[in-house]
Amino acid sequence: MRDLPGLPSRRTFLKASAASAAVAGVAAVSMPAEAAAPAPTPLTEYKPDCLKPTEWAFVMAAVARLIPSDGDGPGAIETRVPVFIDKQLAGDFGKASDWYMVGPYEPAASPLRGWQTPLNPLEIYQQAIPVFDDWCKATHGKIFAELDAATQDKALTSLQKDEMKIKPELREFFGILLANTKEGYFADPMYGGNHGMAAWKYIGFPGARGSYKEWVGKHNVKYPLGPVSISGERG
Amino acid sequence: MARTEKKKDVVLVGFGWTGAIMGIELANEGLEVLALERGHDQATVPDFQYPEMIDELKYGIRYGMMEKPANTTVTIRRSLDETALPYRSLGTFLLGTGVGGAGTHWNGLNWRPMQSEYHLKSYVTEKFGAGVMTEDMTIQNYPVTYDELEPFFDRFEKVAGISGQAGNVKGKIVEGGNPFEAPRSDDYPMPAMPSTWDGVKFRDAAKAAGYHPFPSPGGIASKDYVNEYNMQMGPCNHCGFCERYGCYNYSKSSPQTAIIDALKRKKNFEYRVNSEVLRVEKAADGKTVTGVTYFDHKTGEEVFQPADLVILTAFALNNVHLMLVSGIGQPYDPVTNEGVVGRNYAYQITGGYTLFFKDENFNPFIGTGANGFCIDDFGIDNIDFAKEGFIGGAYWRAGQTNGQPGHTMALPAGTPSWGAGWKKGIGEWYGHSMNIGAHGSVMSYRGHYLDLDPTYKDRHGRPMMRMTYNWHPNEIRQTQFMKSKMEPLAKSMNPTTLQEGFKKEGAMFDVRPYQTTHNTGGTVTGSDPKTSVLNRYLQSWDCHNLFVMGANVFPQNTQYNPTGMVGGLAYWAVHHIRKDYLPNPRPLV
Repeated sequence: MRDLPGLPSRRTFLKASAASAAVAGVAAVSMPAEAAAPAPTPLTEYKPDCLKPTEWAFVMAAVARLIPSDGDGPGAIETRVPVFIDKQLAGDFGKASDWYMVGPYEPAASPLRGWQTPLNPLEIYQQAIPVFDDWCKATHGKIFAELDAATQDKALTSLQKDEMKIKPELREFFGILLANTKEGYFADPMYGGNHGMAAWKYIGFPGARGSYKEWVGKHNVKYPLGPVSISGERG
Repeated sequence: MARTEKKKDVVLVGFGWTGAIMGIELANEGLEVLALERGHDQATVPDFQYPEMIDELKYGIRYGMMEKPANTTVTIRRSLDETALPYRSLGTFLLGTGVGGAGTHWNGLNWRPMQSEYHLKSYVTEKFGAGVMTEDMTIQNYPVTYDELEPFFDRFEKVAGISGQAGNVKGKIVEGGNPFEAPRSDDYPMPAMPSTWDGVKFRDAAKAAGYHPFPSPGGIASKDYVNEYNMQMGPCNHCGFCERYGCYNYSKSSPQTAIIDALKRKKNFEYRVNSEVLRVEKAADGKTVTGVTYFDHKTGEEVFQPADLVILTAFALNNVHLMLVSGIGQPYDPVTNEGVVGRNYAYQITGGYTLFFKDENFNPFIGTGANGFCIDDFGIDNIDFAKEGFIGGAYWRAGQTNGQPGHTMALPAGTPSWGAGWKKGIGEWYGHSMNIGAHGSVMSYRGHYLDLDPTYKDRHGRPMMRMTYNWHPNEIRQTQFMKSKMEPLAKSMNPTTLQEGFKKEGAMFDVRPYQTTHNTGGTVTGSDPKTSVLNRYLQSWDCHNLFVMGANVFPQNTQYNPTGMVGGLAYWAVHHIRKDYLPNPRPLV
């Protein structure tokens, strides 16, 4: 299958567009008494809160490799992780509102000493994506989103190992990209990702059920109930 | 211009566990008591209520209950010649804020230190000789004995509502409890909590190996309970959201659950939130304090609050910072080894094994913060320091606290961190692993201390506190010893695969992953003003109407979670304030 320019892959995109309808359908079958949530905007038509088109294309392509759609379990695209990332970067996390962000800064200090760059997470995405895209173009001939999946995996591995020697101010980029991807996969669906609680269903996490008194003594017996979300979705 | 408020008999700085204890005990004495709390007000309803509270992203990952480093943090360096850098985003420790403080978001693990820990220096030197201590070790004795503290441990456990199985009541060893614990005058107020599968597997393996497993003691209600202040707890439903969360079920012991609602009903008690104490004010003669100056975040002004008695009841690090910025007591200098404020800072060392069982179901989301079984066979009283080459000990525990997948996802070594292999790994292994942890003591050393940072300032323009800390070879030897003992036990359980996580020689302090919030020392209690800030009643040697609570009074860290000791010491101190100090205010020693 050939990739579409600027998009992760034809197949994941088809999945992305169909995901909302399919998951809503499942919910409607299991909970006929409750109205199915309205189908969310397909990712191809989503208007990001803060990411610019090239940044959105990168995030779409990158998360599709970090948690791919093939094999057992949902991928980052069907669970709408890019929406989660966009919303997080547009909010307090992206702005590092809770963090002590006053200089002097020593971004080249040992990584063991924690976040020492003057940049907030949103600025890191904004500045690192073009740097990484330039590196992909120079090394592999195309920007990241236009590479085939195998080359994208190679490029992400290079980024993780810092083979391009990214400047210290941007050193946290791969770490937060991966962390945010997993956060979006596992967080309550109200944050935009984990669509249909699909990631919780896949691993067997019951979400916000919060009451297991009768199960404490049932040792080595798999818990039988599916998840609930904070807003009351059931799966 | 600062405004001045009406004088109070007592002002408490911080409204967590020790503030609530001091508040209710001194209000019961008839005094006019004011608690000043830096953070917001919060109560079980509406602030901790279901289902909004059990939101992993908001509270477990973005730390919604914690003090924002933007507001308050420290700088950290690993040695005297390194430049300290701010702890800008949360990682290794999580500092709470708001009413209830760290007592709202803890796991509930509640202990009394082992018998040697109260007189550790004498114990070490008399039993093994001073030669077993490293040259830079600055451990010292508590100026109070276990026997003196015992009634106050008992009282705190009954107020807080602790579930557990006694192992030694008045010297009589009780089957199923911890036979190595110091003798207690009474059983725990509630029976032990039931354990999940992981704890039971550990219990059985430990027993088979000849060890002495007992249910983990914790502030998690195993039944309905009413304490001496008529505060009620409801039985826990094992929701798996203790640490980093407030309890929506009135089941986890907290200042709110155990004390605060009773205290709020007292007419002679008042608390003000968003009121951040900036410094304690000394009298002209330097022998007493006159009150505190705080920043009122509602009006944006500084306020002077006069009081006859000032008690620091904030988190350990904040209490030390206040002493430093207030200029009370001589700051510690590690070069000359003189001074006391900031001296003997210590942390906690943890390690453990993760065991994977392909075909077993642990349902990790069924948990409590104090779940499972423990052993104390490698506790500090049971180690031959001369033979093993370190001073210290650890208790071990297996008991899942949560199965929140965003921050608790154990995968076998070699599983890729992303991609198809990671996705396959989480599908195969979530719910099929368990952990055994060793929770170890940390001694105090000349080079580990707290002082004021020369560069970084907080939002009020005060110098930030600087922490100088790194892993010491003594603790690395201790944790490697635990590994050597835990490995055969873990293997005896026949897991599909297992992996260890113990610090190794040369390990440097890493501020990024969460380790523990057990920060101790800095204003230690002692019998000599040259090596302590507080006397045995936690009264300042310098200013007799200033008392300081918290784990900052520990001369070195114990092998246990600190809250039981913090609560016991607070009841000990307030007993003597009521009985000895108030009738005749003066230095009690």
